Amino acid sequence: MAIKTDAVGKSWPSTTYQVGREKIKEYATVMGIGNPVHHDVDAAREAGFRDVVAPPMFAVVYAMPSLGPAMFDPEVGIDFARLVHGAQTFEWSEPACSGDEITTTATCISIEEKLGNGFYVFDTTSVNGDGAEVVRGTWTNIVRGA
Amino acid sequence: MADVKAGDAVPELRITPDKYLPYRYAGASGDFNPIHLDADFARSVGLPSNILHGLYSMGLVAKTAAQELAGGDPRALKKLSVQFRGMGLPEQEIVVTGEVKEVEGDRVRVALEAVQGDARIIRNGQAELQL
Repeated sequence: MAIKTDAVGKSWPSTTYQVGREKIKEYATVMGIGNPVHHDVDAAREAGFRDVVAPPMFAVVYAMPSLGPAMFDPEVGIDFARLVHGAQTFEWSEPACSGDEITTTATCISIEEKLGNGFYVFDTTSVNGDGAEVVRGTWTNIVRGA
Repeated sequence: MADVKAGDAVPELRITPDKYLPYRYAGASGDFNPIHLDADFARSVGLPSNILHGLYSMGLVAKTAAQELAGGDPRALKKLSVQFRGMGLPEQEIVVTGEVKEVEGDRVRVALEAVQGDARIIRNGQAELQL
């Protein structure tokens, strides 16, 4: 089947996420990351952070909500029953700390059919309240047998 | 960490996510896709059972790189790129391994992967760290 590529280049309204200490602690605990800078504000400040700091992959927590409207957009037309996460890249800049308000914008950068599967690639750019980039993500979703 | 050099093995991480890990990860991450939580639903869409979140497995790769090469410093990891292939399953041991590929000044490039038995659940992991 031919896949629709009309959404390539489209961006969706940004989402804003307020980073909090307990959420960072919850994520670090599930991942088994014991470094006190993720659990204790004094340890984080002693290590030079303004507050409890998130592990890098906490990016999924604050960046992923921006992809919701993109993934469900009929113009993109993803069939969720056959969707798998194919690949992921993150490039980190400023660390994310408790108290940060991080705004993320998602853009569809390519839609291609390869070997009978649909490859839907989205970029997300996340910036903090100072306007500094925190992380850039590239999310490759594969729809099997598209 | 100045003595890291190309060819060095990254000390491996071994962890067996318990049956309820996908629920805790769903809560922590906000990703409640039922393929991770509901075995019947997962089978109805052609999966062997409920599967681990790929981003959880990627998180273990990130943790291994930061912990073993940078003493857990959350600022060290600058880039991580992975491919998800085999499906990760709860209650089976995950082994994360890696090798330092290139050292250029304070920048280190590392290749990593994660396996469960014969299934390579994270392939072509490429990390860049600033040490």
